[in-house]
Amino acid sequence: MKRILTGTLLIAALAVSACTNPNRFGADGSANGLGANGANGSAGINSGVIPGSANDPASSAYFQQAIGDRVLFLVDQSNLTDIGRSTLDGQARWLLTNSDYQAVIEGHADEQGTREYNIALGARRATAVQEYLISQGVPSSRLRIISYGKERPIEVCSQEACYAKNRRAVTVLAGGLTS
Amino acid sequence: MTLRFLSIILALVCAFVGPVQAQDGPLRIEITEGVIEPLPFAVPSFQPESGESGQMANDLARVVAEDLIGTGLFREVPASAFISTVSDFNAPVQYADWKAINAQALVTGAVNVSGNTLNVKFRLYDVFSGAELGSGLQFSGTTDGWRRMAHKVADAVYSRITGEGGYFDSRVVYVSETGPKDDRKKRLGIMDYDGANNKFLTESGSIVLAPRFSPSGDRVLYTSYESGFPRIYVMDIGSVSRRALEGAEGSMSFAPRFSPSGQTVVYSLTNGGNTDIYTMDVNSGQSVRLTNTPSIETAPSYSPDGSRIVFESDRSGNQQLYVMSATGGEPTRISFGEGRYGTPVWSPRGDLVAFTKQNKGRFHIGVMRLDGSEERLLTASFLDEGPTWAPNGRVIMFARETQGAGGASSLYSVDISGRNLRPVRTPEGASDPSWSPLQQ
Repeated sequence: MKRILTGTLLIAALAVSACTNPNRFGADGSANGLGANGANGSAGINSGVIPGSANDPASSAYFQQAIGDRVLFLVDQSNLTDIGRSTLDGQARWLLTNSDYQAVIEGHADEQGTREYNIALGARRATAVQEYLISQGVPSSRLRIISYGKERPIEVCSQEACYAKNRRAVTVLAGGLTS
Repeated sequence: MTLRFLSIILALVCAFVGPVQAQDGPLRIEITEGVIEPLPFAVPSFQPESGESGQMANDLARVVAEDLIGTGLFREVPASAFISTVSDFNAPVQYADWKAINAQALVTGAVNVSGNTLNVKFRLYDVFSGAELGSGLQFSGTTDGWRRMAHKVADAVYSRITGEGGYFDSRVVYVSETGPKDDRKKRLGIMDYDGANNKFLTESGSIVLAPRFSPSGDRVLYTSYESGFPRIYVMDIGSVSRRALEGAEGSMSFAPRFSPSGQTVVYSLTNGGNTDIYTMDVNSGQSVRLTNTPSIETAPSYSPDGSRIVFESDRSGNQQLYVMSATGGEPTRISFGEGRYGTPVWSPRGDLVAFTKQNKGRFHIGVMRLDGSEERLLTASFLDEGPTWAPNGRVIMFARETQGAGGASSLYSVDISGRNLRPVRTPEGASDPSWSPLQQ
């Protein structure tokens, strides 16, 4: 049992460190590719930051890729890990700087559990993130939570390597585009 | 410890499977004792009593036979073995001819079609006793609903031979699934218990979960994300119209089930990250909180008399089953075995609770008495989940998801002795079945 736990911790730690890299969710900020061509063509200023791109610190793409939009959890747990708290510190700072954004925190579980329980567990995880962000000064009025339980896995294998990435809470930004 | 536990379960299962039923006495199957040797029966094609009923006469007999075979309790003697033919519904039966081919039960029928009205008569014979078992019955309906007539005949045959209520004239509402695991589309489907007459009730644009029949079978409760957040909806099956039942701003509600009266819904509501159990009056929308703890309380299910609720909670540290009064109050824990227990469902007979058990990386569908005794695991797989009871409380349907990247979910049924595990036919992948009561 202890060995399994240690193994799980290790894998989870690896997975957490991997999650700040660009990933499938990060690729959602794909408008950036288009923006790059347009900006270079029209302005001809290559030192400028392309608005909305991952190099624009006020963009959601930057939030996803540079800050890290998600934290991972151990099996059945909704406690934040040290790495998770560090990611959330960054999220909180960013949200305080970019105050026109709102966020929905999505809680998820891996497939190893019953459907109803996993919805409740995902809600616990999303709430842990929400409460942490609030404790760091983000107004609660800007944060909502939703749980998808095991309905929205991003990895499909039936092994811990995938489960570890599916046990997540993702901070999804809304708004901010009109400013 | 593990071994001892296993052997207890084995002993329970073995005790449940009784000796082969000898055919000395009257025609009878005792389901609770389990059956090893299925009882042989014959169903000759029904007699067409009107010109246009020939095909239907044959089809009806086939559905009756399939219903009986599907229970695992019966075996059909094929028509190729028949010595006698039945050419007149009212003519005396040649028992010796049926005895010679060891058909212990004989079902005969007659069909009359007039316009779109269908009349079906049937008789059941105990061949070895040389007598009719019960008296002949007649059912009327529309030609569209001919399968229901066959199911009613099979229900009567099953009921007379087993002494249990039937379950063939029933429907199942479930979640139909397509697409890969990371892009799964879900919509509600409804079909006859045997997979016939499938129809979809919702579009697959948003996640839908866990539909549950009303006690009269005319409405369905389910959870949908169509508003962006999980909310409970109630749908009238006939008109396919629906309305949101519950979904206060900032909260999530799910896992609904009707009370036996159909007037109240018990469900889970998550607020501030904490999930508890509530009830709501269907018409007034007035809600009452039944549990109030920091742990997860979900998957509530009423007792058939409506006085109690079984549910799951992780207040002990992991998922276990509890029973409380339907008005709330201190619950009693009923599950104490190894592993985790969830999704309890009270049997319509009141004697058992079915559940999903998770232990050592495997999932099981199981049953236990309401005091937690006589736990029996009926299945084992990578992921079995979400049992629902047949109207007679003797068969359970559930969803089984296969492992890995190509994993998909489908429906199975199993009887409460753990025998006769069978896939249930659905047009697409399927999960979250809910079995209706017998149709009126």
